[in-house]
Amino acid sequence: MSRETERSGARPIDTALVIETRGLTKRFGHHVAVDDVDLHVAQGARYGFLGPNGSGKTTMVRMLLGLVYATRGEITVLGRPVPSRVAEVLPEIGAMVEGPAAYPHLSGRANLALLDAAGPRRRSGGRRRRDRIEEVLERVGLGAIDRRPVRAYSLGMRQRLGLAGALLDQPRLLVLDEPTNGLDPHGIREVRDLLIELNEAGTTVFLSSHLLAEIEALCTTVGVVDRGRLVLEDDLDAVRGPTGRLVVRTPDPDAAARLLGRAVAERHDHTLVVDAAPGGPPALARHLVEHGVPLDGLVEQRRSLEDVVVSLTGPGSDTSRSRRNGAGP
Amino acid sequence: MIGVELQKLVRRPRTWVAVGLLCLLPTIVAVFLATTRISPPPGQGAAFLSAVLQSGSLYPAAALALVLPIFLPVAVAVIAGDSVAGESSQGTLRYLLVRPVRRTSLLLAKLVAVVVFVVGSVLAVAGSSYVVGVSLFGAGDPVAVVRALPEVTGGSDAVAGTGPEAAAPPGGQVGGSDASSGGQAGAQRPGADTGDATAVDPDAARERAQSSVSSLSGEALSPADLAARLLGAMGYVTVSMLGVGAIALFLSTVTTSSLGATLGALAALITSQVLVSLDAAASVTPYLPTRYWLAWVDFFRDPIFLRDITAGLWLQAGYVLVLMLAAWANFTTKDVTS
Repeated sequence: MSRETERSGARPIDTALVIETRGLTKRFGHHVAVDDVDLHVAQGARYGFLGPNGSGKTTMVRMLLGLVYATRGEITVLGRPVPSRVAEVLPEIGAMVEGPAAYPHLSGRANLALLDAAGPRRRSGGRRRRDRIEEVLERVGLGAIDRRPVRAYSLGMRQRLGLAGALLDQPRLLVLDEPTNGLDPHGIREVRDLLIELNEAGTTVFLSSHLLAEIEALCTTVGVVDRGRLVLEDDLDAVRGPTGRLVVRTPDPDAAARLLGRAVAERHDHTLVVDAAPGGPPALARHLVEHGVPLDGLVEQRRSLEDVVVSLTGPGSDTSRSRRNGAGP
Repeated sequence: MIGVELQKLVRRPRTWVAVGLLCLLPTIVAVFLATTRISPPPGQGAAFLSAVLQSGSLYPAAALALVLPIFLPVAVAVIAGDSVAGESSQGTLRYLLVRPVRRTSLLLAKLVAVVVFVVGSVLAVAGSSYVVGVSLFGAGDPVAVVRALPEVTGGSDAVAGTGPEAAAPPGGQVGGSDASSGGQAGAQRPGADTGDATAVDPDAARERAQSSVSSLSGEALSPADLAARLLGAMGYVTVSMLGVGAIALFLSTVTTSSLGATLGALAALITSQVLVSLDAAASVTPYLPTRYWLAWVDFFRDPIFLRDITAGLWLQAGYVLVLMLAAWANFTTKDVTS
């Protein structure tokens, strides 16, 4: 995937943080929804906030937007403290929180018009409301919607409408909670392409999801949350880093195994997992070929995001609390 | 933000259904009155109903008396109770707040929308009933109008003069057609609430009644005078409804269920109505939200009797102020988790 390399290339290093939290904690009664979270979202990143259902993702998102007040800890968004100065920050944020919502008896356009009118006074530029609405509707693939009330929309259409609302003000930061919920595979691809396009134009994307594949396909940085605690925060490429082993595929595994001896860690049919020797894949390939072992393929073994997440988190916190597979950080 | 809230109010079908139903009740009553020509005897039935047969231009006052005890407060409680809780349960509240709309200005806009709804419904009821009244009963001659008025006002004053215990007849005049407004009798008993007022008022009341009776033969109620009195009554009814609106709006910030907020406000009103009619609760009666609701009738006395009207205005202002402060304190500090 060429996108992979673009991602790591486009990833800004040491740039300003768009979202930063320190020791952020939220209690609802005795239940600790968010527990001492230090979050760092760099400008220009596509940040995936990953965690099972009930792990505190939505509470976290709500705190970033000033909807829920933290019990303890500090939040800085776009350089300003939240919630005390959240009103200055929100005009530059487009958000979708826990599913879309709209006035069911009004059409999609009327809903956007109300939302637009409720927003901050327009900066100069003089573009008219109708143009803005048509533009965002076009962007999310709803350009052709008619005057039907939102009541008659499918979940996918509502989701797109919610996204359109988030894009109204050309935000610098998009905070999206499960944005592809209810979309078909085609719609998911469209939304993903749209988010990448916006991101490449400079918008930072903070996306929360319980869908690992969605985060893996879209994000550059991943934060994994489990039962309110942030158990991992790193660049996706680093998370999925090499394991220090090489995967060798060969039509003659016996010969290869004989040649490599104790370096072979695992063997499945025509595939061998081999401890990496100095020189890396090229050296190993030369070694094998020189000794007459034919090769079908040879790649570095990488951890999958799924392996990492499963090892770090327990089962969904809305199921059992008794088992916990991996240790926290 | 106020504009947005008004748009939402106007574009919501429910608003128009509520206004339509409010106008419907007086129309139905008018049709029955006009076809049968059987008017309630003076002193019974809703206020002014006996008078409207002689002059349809007085029908707006009768219509206000009809919708005031139940219909209007229910409509206001529905609209105000839904205002924040509805957005909350629908999920649109969070999207408004991240636009951003400041919580204080959202609350203010909601209050303004409720006020506009009350003003609009009172205007609609008065306007439609004026048209219905004049077309069914004719405009009537002004003297008949004046003659009709002392029957209401003088009658109740006379009762208050003869003895505050005889509460039933004046109550019956105004809202006796339904049980819950029996409690409104208090509003028709100037002087029944405090001891010293009882001592002072009956004489004054009797005098007033006599003077209005004596004005009967001569002076007519000019159209301008009638309009001014009607406007005063409409304004007072509007203000009376603001207390209900404020209760419902406050509850609306507490719960995410609009039904809960609406029913809570109505429960508060019914409690108030029951207590107003309860002599044992006389110590709290002056502070109950429905205590002065029927004081708008005083606009049709000659001269206009201002004491209860003033007290009612202050009372409603107090309720609105206290409840809106409570709503503000609650709403601006609460976690929006819906």
